[in-house]
Amino acid sequence: MSRQVLQVFEQYQKSRTQFVQTVAELASRPQNIETLQNAGVMSLLRPLLLDIVPAIQQTAALALGRLANYNDDLAEAVVKGDILPQLVYSLAEQNRFYKKAAAFVLRAVAKHSPQLAQSVVDCGALDALVICLEEFDPGVKESAAWALGYIARHNAELAQAVVDAGAVPLLVLCIQEPEMSLKRIAASALSDICKHSPELAQTVVDAGAIAHLAQMILNQDAKLKRQVFSALSQIAKHSVDLAEMVVEAEIFPAVLTCLKDPDEYVKKNVATLIREIAKHTPELAQLIVNAGGVAAVVDYVGESRCNVRLPGIMMLGYVAAHSENLAMAVIVSKGVVQLAIALSEEQEDHIQAAAAWALGQIGRHTPEHAKAVAVANVLPKLLQCYLRADASEDLQTKSKKALKNILQKCVHLPALEPLLHDAPPNILKHVVGQFSKVLPHDSKARRLFVTSGGLKKIQEIKAEPGSALGEYINTINNCYPEEIVKYYSPGYSDALLERVEQFNPKV
Amino acid sequence: MAALVRLTEQMDDIINNIYDRKNQAEEERLLEYKSAVRVQAWFRASRVRSYLKHANESATKVQRAWRGFLGRRYFRVLLKNTLFIMKLNHYNKMSCKIQKIWRGYYVRKYIFNYYSRRRYLEALQVKNETIRAELAEFAEQQDAARKREEEKNEKKRQEYKARKMHHLVSTEVMPGIYNSPFLPYPSEVEYLLRSVKPLIRKKTPDKEPKFDPVCASYNPKPPTVLPPIPQKPQGPFREPADVQKQRYKPFQPSLRVATDFLSLEKARQQLKDAEWITRINDNILQPFTHRSVPYEPLLHTTSKFGHLPYGTKFFRHEYIDRHVVPQNFKTLVPPIPIFDKLNDTYSQGQV
Repeated sequence: MSRQVLQVFEQYQKSRTQFVQTVAELASRPQNIETLQNAGVMSLLRPLLLDIVPAIQQTAALALGRLANYNDDLAEAVVKGDILPQLVYSLAEQNRFYKKAAAFVLRAVAKHSPQLAQSVVDCGALDALVICLEEFDPGVKESAAWALGYIARHNAELAQAVVDAGAVPLLVLCIQEPEMSLKRIAASALSDICKHSPELAQTVVDAGAIAHLAQMILNQDAKLKRQVFSALSQIAKHSVDLAEMVVEAEIFPAVLTCLKDPDEYVKKNVATLIREIAKHTPELAQLIVNAGGVAAVVDYVGESRCNVRLPGIMMLGYVAAHSENLAMAVIVSKGVVQLAIALSEEQEDHIQAAAAWALGQIGRHTPEHAKAVAVANVLPKLLQCYLRADASEDLQTKSKKALKNILQKCVHLPALEPLLHDAPPNILKHVVGQFSKVLPHDSKARRLFVTSGGLKKIQEIKAEPGSALGEYINTINNCYPEEIVKYYSPGYSDALLERVEQFNPKV
Repeated sequence: MAALVRLTEQMDDIINNIYDRKNQAEEERLLEYKSAVRVQAWFRASRVRSYLKHANESATKVQRAWRGFLGRRYFRVLLKNTLFIMKLNHYNKMSCKIQKIWRGYYVRKYIFNYYSRRRYLEALQVKNETIRAELAEFAEQQDAARKREEEKNEKKRQEYKARKMHHLVSTEVMPGIYNSPFLPYPSEVEYLLRSVKPLIRKKTPDKEPKFDPVCASYNPKPPTVLPPIPQKPQGPFREPADVQKQRYKPFQPSLRVATDFLSLEKARQQLKDAEWITRINDNILQPFTHRSVPYEPLLHTTSKFGHLPYGTKFFRHEYIDRHVVPQNFKTLVPPIPIFDKLNDTYSQGQV
């Protein structure tokens, strides 16, 4: 008799288990999700979270997490279904498997938008997650750290909430754990926390994160290195003090070896780190230069493609922008050539703009610098970038500024010659200006200027009298005898012929 | 009479003569008048001229003196100005020179030293080269390590495959498919197959996890079937009241457990508190070695009359003016020759 009764229960439990397992499996495929949603899976899963059998609870949580992971509508449905408080409550109570699953749901909900993350925070999830970070099991710590990172990544308030919950020291402890994946996720969470504001970064630094992060620079695991460098660069980007603290962890020259890493993202993050440090002060930039960082970055710019080389290009620009000495260091490290190559072979506008900006920063200091840039045949390329019809506004302004900066210092006339022929008036002004400065003092250059057809071109320019361009042209014309100027003026042959007609031969 | 007659006779002539003379005079008069005027004019003119000349000369003299005076005065000013300008120019030039040299020196020393810059850049190039070489070497090492790893994995895979296909190895009697009798020697796979052991069927992994003393309830899996409900209660049980009593019996801790861990400190604190209540003075007793007394100056040193000249001043008068010689008295004892010889000729103890 009683067996029959029990059988009913057994059957019921079996079918519940089967149901949640199937739903969890189905939820892992994106194409099923809409159907599941329409079938009202959310309302069915909710009571199963409170099931007496722990396995069913876990699997229900897993299924919910997968659903919420899929898109923000479903995540919002999870929030609206009042599931979160329940999860948070049971996060403190249940075993580690359930904790993992619950943290997964929280993470899946929080990842979509700041509002959803805020609603997760409002449920009091942070405290529960921080308690999970103290758990013995690395899997639980990992998923808790992951969820905290996803919450913190949206904005400064959420990150501050995570910090206020006391997560940072525990995350720093998590970095020191032996498990690779836990290290990775903790480093990523720290990076997400630091990226918002100097205060948050300072909190992370105060927890002693830098020393532990710096230890992992030479780790073998590429994914860990990505996160470590990302965290370090997020710390260093805010202020000079923080950057100095990162530098004091003696990361140079060890980080330079990571520029040769086979993993693209590691390289990119390392370059970003170097850039963030170099951008603050000339002293920090000098330190990097002295460590041979510029040569390494130049090589890196030469070896990588597309977006990966962008931070390297910007780093060269930042270093060169600080002082002429540093710009010269970039030049002797053969940075100009690589930047010129990047400028010509990259297709995307923003990378070209960065390269143009960096070249402008290198060439703006002295005629020597400008010559080094001009000799690399950069000026026509910059002009091309400026004049291209489909160039973005940013690229146009950057290349124009760079051209202007370089031209105002350039006295290397052979490089300026081609610009005379195809520059628009606003650039031509600077080119002619440079000629007008050099020609009165250099007789060889004057001769060369005539023979190369520059003078002819100058005569063809229509300048309004009184404008700067007109002034420059006058200055140039004054360097030459009148006949030559007349000879090259347009319409001079007509004038000569007219004179032939009017000439009365004395017979 | 005759004279009269002559006169009468000659009267016409005379009249004519007079007339002529008068006519002539009349004729000449204008001329003479003009001449007289000219003469007068000349004379007057020359007189005026000479006066004018004199006046002019005088004026010139005065003007010369005055202008000379003004000119000299102006010249002196001009000279002063010129000198000032010359000096100014000179000083400017000199200060330029000083500034030029100083600035050149300063800039070369502290701001832009060409040679040090060049040295720095050369050193940087060397550093760059070393860094590049090191990085290249590092990358090469990494590559080699990676390649080794890959090769190892590949070999492992091959071996695993060979182990799986071990049944294709040739036997003494029957050549396998990789050991074609038409070829001079068997293929590589055959050698590989020979070198590996056959793959034995995998052991089924333990269903039960290994024992872990740390984990209290390691097995998370709930029983798939509900536990069977026992048919009938077992065993002779004690009376429920007994059980209740046993269960809720008051806790009797041992003395060690009952004693507070901090009991000693608490007792001390209690004693201290009791003592504090009865104490009159709250000042903490300090040993006299650590007592610090404020410095009390001596009367001697504080009085405005200064020190008593005690021990430094001598009260016997010296009458220096009555000295025969200004030098102080010196005793002059003639040396005793035997003492001088003491260590040379005589030994100690024998005089």
